[in-house]
Amino acid sequence: MSALLASYLPIVIFVGVALILGLALLVSPFLLAFKAPDDEKLSAYECGFDAFDDSRMKFDVRFYLVSILFIIFDLEVAFLFPWAASFGTLGWFGFWSMMVFLGVLTVGFVYEWKKGALEWD
Amino acid sequence: MLGLQAFFFYIFAFIAVGGALMVVFARNPVHSVLFLILTFVAAAGLFLLAGAEFLALILIVVYVGAVAILFLFVVMMLDLDLGQMKKGALRYAPFGLIIGLVLLAELIIAATGGAYHPELSQTTALPMQPLYELSNINALGSVLYTRYILFFQLAGLILFVAMVGAIVLTLRHKEGIKRQSISAQNARNPATAIEIRKVESGRGL
Repeated sequence: MSALLASYLPIVIFVGVALILGLALLVSPFLLAFKAPDDEKLSAYECGFDAFDDSRMKFDVRFYLVSILFIIFDLEVAFLFPWAASFGTLGWFGFWSMMVFLGVLTVGFVYEWKKGALEWD
Repeated sequence: MLGLQAFFFYIFAFIAVGGALMVVFARNPVHSVLFLILTFVAAAGLFLLAGAEFLALILIVVYVGAVAILFLFVVMMLDLDLGQMKKGALRYAPFGLIIGLVLLAELIIAATGGAYHPELSQTTALPMQPLYELSNINALGSVLYTRYILFFQLAGLILFVAMVGAIVLTLRHKEGIKRQSISAQNARNPATAIEIRKVESGRGL
């Protein structure tokens, strides 16, 4: 157990260094930078006009479709990892179990392809 | 738990609890999702401390890498009106409180169940072998595809339904768009693509 956790020491060091570096870059401007605050610097772009509309606009729902299709195949691959790691001890039953699982998702994949869900327009 | 392990446990636990609170209390829904990601990462750290390496990394890959992005899409697809959202929040507070109390009761029962039934701790269906005998990923793989095949196949069917459902609900093809047909392109040859005509001099076609 402790050997397992000790193997993550480099990651802890990495996160620690990243934290220190990030905080240093975040804090140092407050201490070092030249400050001359002015209201005009925060106003809308100097030679333009005030914004007509909110910058928060609705995303196209097609992005959602792409990401949900991604997540499904992401999970499929996640299921493959333990199967591959213990493949030697699973036997034929475990092998065909995974093949049925993959078959079901392949039917979905064929549906998706034929339906044109992978095309943008 | 040993000193250093306990130290990291408390760090991850505080980050997880603090992040979860900020998910609820952050004013901007996008910030809520970012705090949710922080909570997922802290939970992955807790999994790692418990020796569940595979679960920790899957939590990061699937939840941080995909589910949180999906949440961001959903938040950005809704038309955000921050003022209106805060007004409705108090109306749903009783339901949230009830669900929270039910979860709390379940946690208390799970933690103190041994006091009422001393033999309860022995009824675990399949205790995990110690880590030095079998790693987390092998422990999962040795039962998931054979002993728990029903749940495994059900998971596959749920993914299938999710795929078909997402396509049925969101796919809208525009009419009148010229699409690429690779097979038609590859099937073209000089005989079908060009036509040679003899043009008499001084006259057009």
